Amino acid sequence: MATARKLVDDTQTNLPFAYRQYSAAQLKEVLRKMYLIRRFEEGAEDSYTRGLIHGTMHLSIGQEASALGICMPLTTSDQITSTHRGHGHCIAKGADVKRMFAEFFGKTTGYCKGRGGSMHIADVSMGNLGANGIVAGGIPIAVGAALSAKRMKTGKVVVSFFGDGANNEGAFHEALNMASIWKLPVIFVCENNGYGMSTSTARSTAVKNIADRAAAYSMPGVIVNGNIFSEIAEASHAAVERARAGEGPTLIDSKTYRYRGHSKSDRNRYRTKEEIEDWISNRDPIALFEGELKDFGVIDDRGIDAIRESVRVEIEEGIEYAKASPSPELGDLERFVYTEQA
Amino acid sequence: MDATPRELSYSQAIQEAMALAMEADERVFLMGEDIGVYGGAFQVTGDLVERFGADRVMDTPISELGGAGVAVGAAMTGTRPIFEFQFSDFATLAMEQIVNQAAKMRFMLGGEVSVPVVMRFPAGSGTGAAAQHSQSLEAWLGHVPGLKVIQPATPYDAKGMLLAAVADPDPVMIFEHKLLYKMKGPVPEGHYTVPIGKAEIRREGRDLSIVATSIMVHKSLEAAELLAAEGIDIEVVDLRTIRPMDRATIIASVKKTSRLLCVYEAVKTLGIGAEVSATIAESEAFDYLDAPIVRLGGAETPIPYNPELEKATVPQVPDIVAAARDLVRGKR
Repeated sequence: MATARKLVDDTQTNLPFAYRQYSAAQLKEVLRKMYLIRRFEEGAEDSYTRGLIHGTMHLSIGQEASALGICMPLTTSDQITSTHRGHGHCIAKGADVKRMFAEFFGKTTGYCKGRGGSMHIADVSMGNLGANGIVAGGIPIAVGAALSAKRMKTGKVVVSFFGDGANNEGAFHEALNMASIWKLPVIFVCENNGYGMSTSTARSTAVKNIADRAAAYSMPGVIVNGNIFSEIAEASHAAVERARAGEGPTLIDSKTYRYRGHSKSDRNRYRTKEEIEDWISNRDPIALFEGELKDFGVIDDRGIDAIRESVRVEIEEGIEYAKASPSPELGDLERFVYTEQA
Repeated sequence: MDATPRELSYSQAIQEAMALAMEADERVFLMGEDIGVYGGAFQVTGDLVERFGADRVMDTPISELGGAGVAVGAAMTGTRPIFEFQFSDFATLAMEQIVNQAAKMRFMLGGEVSVPVVMRFPAGSGTGAAAQHSQSLEAWLGHVPGLKVIQPATPYDAKGMLLAAVADPDPVMIFEHKLLYKMKGPVPEGHYTVPIGKAEIRREGRDLSIVATSIMVHKSLEAAELLAAEGIDIEVVDLRTIRPMDRATIIASVKKTSRLLCVYEAVKTLGIGAEVSATIAESEAFDYLDAPIVRLGGAETPIPYNPELEKATVPQVPDIVAAARDLVRGKR
């Protein structure tokens, strides 16, 4: 990142952070990844509807900026733990959508060889230690990964993504406390979409902002608009810098919104159509980012069309790859329960 | 030359194993509540903090769930934590991380990670600590594919199996009976391992196989000596590992003796005895049986505080003697 040519020189400090920090090529790649996440999830949803994917899935459509902004300052060796709503994190951390689709289709070419599916999607080679089916399950694991980084002096930082629902689990509180007392290089990112399944944060959470929890664990608590890429990236850079400097963890409260229901069983009875429509029409993270890119002359309509087309092709190829991939052998049912030893 | 083997207590043997593991491998470290200057609730870590420092003998807050999760995450990312629970009962607070995360992570991720974490659980009754500090929950964890669950019964095995557990790429849960901590036995110096998944014949015999775990191995051996005076010749099999279970050794023993008594401290029903019995019922050893299989396990009750009630909750030597005698004499 540091070596890339920046979009503008440092004297133009009234521009938002991202436009001072990143090159035009990097910003265009961010837009491409935002589209990749959205189209991936739309493709997964469509495949589910067609009966090509079974089980369930939790879509993060509307939250794309958060995953990308947080991952911007991370290197491929930095690590993340993710959530049941983790497709965006996986793509933002560098996963190949071919292998993600293959996993959703239950194929051996999938990241988890068809054993994990949507809820356990991972790409360990890129530092994604996995989505998690248990709310807050990944938070202590991220702290453990950060403990490894500190013990082994690897210089890695670890990001733990979780939703607003996780902030009321004991594991969240225990993990934040330990990260703070041991000054571990970990960043806690709450993607606060306002609802833990159907229960709003107003009904479930005693504090107004999840960031307010940070005070109890003596770490910075930062509130960002989770639909504005630049704001998130700026908060992430600051938190990563603090973590790498050995100063300990940060809690980021990234306020965002999911357009789709909690999972495939959701009838959307706990929120109004107007509320959903308002977020889609007025605060969509891709539309907001695209508008900024155009305003600052980073990209024009032709450039945007080219990105959309390249993403369309990548998604189509990914689905075809998944369809054509082999299913696991029934005889391999018990593989990977234990490590195979010579 | 002094040929007498060196003796250590069970807890000293564990401590020595942890020290050897830490000396041999920079990645190994200890986590747990009050394991540092306090030395652990049962003084198993003792003075290790003085030798290895507070960074490697890490006191955690009273956070069993979070602490276990930190150990799991650390194990997934290149270190080898040994996590001590103060009491095995507190596994209940950490079941999420043990059962959903540690046990399944490798499987869920298609073999892309392993979780070489060791968790130690001081277990069992007999200390007057009542219902929440005396349980034997090993069968709970034994039910979960992805975990290995061991119950060393001797100082020799405590050291060798702990060293095997540290070297194991998968999560290993060690249940240590608290009444064994002070028991002494021969323990060689230096590094050695005792394999996980292998039972051990502690006493050979012809008339009856007792398959026992942990402290019940010793009670069964005592019972066997008493019955030897009556001309009853008992074989005692120390199961040592409950997952994966060494079925071959159990089957071979029962084929030899034609009778089986299972003795374990955990609540009798839906436990280790059921699994051992089923192993025989489903094997060729079934045809060799001369008597019904008998289980001696814990009563269907929480562990009571009153010492006489507490003793009555779990099998004692006279119970084993009576059950074994009845089995061999055909009163069953």
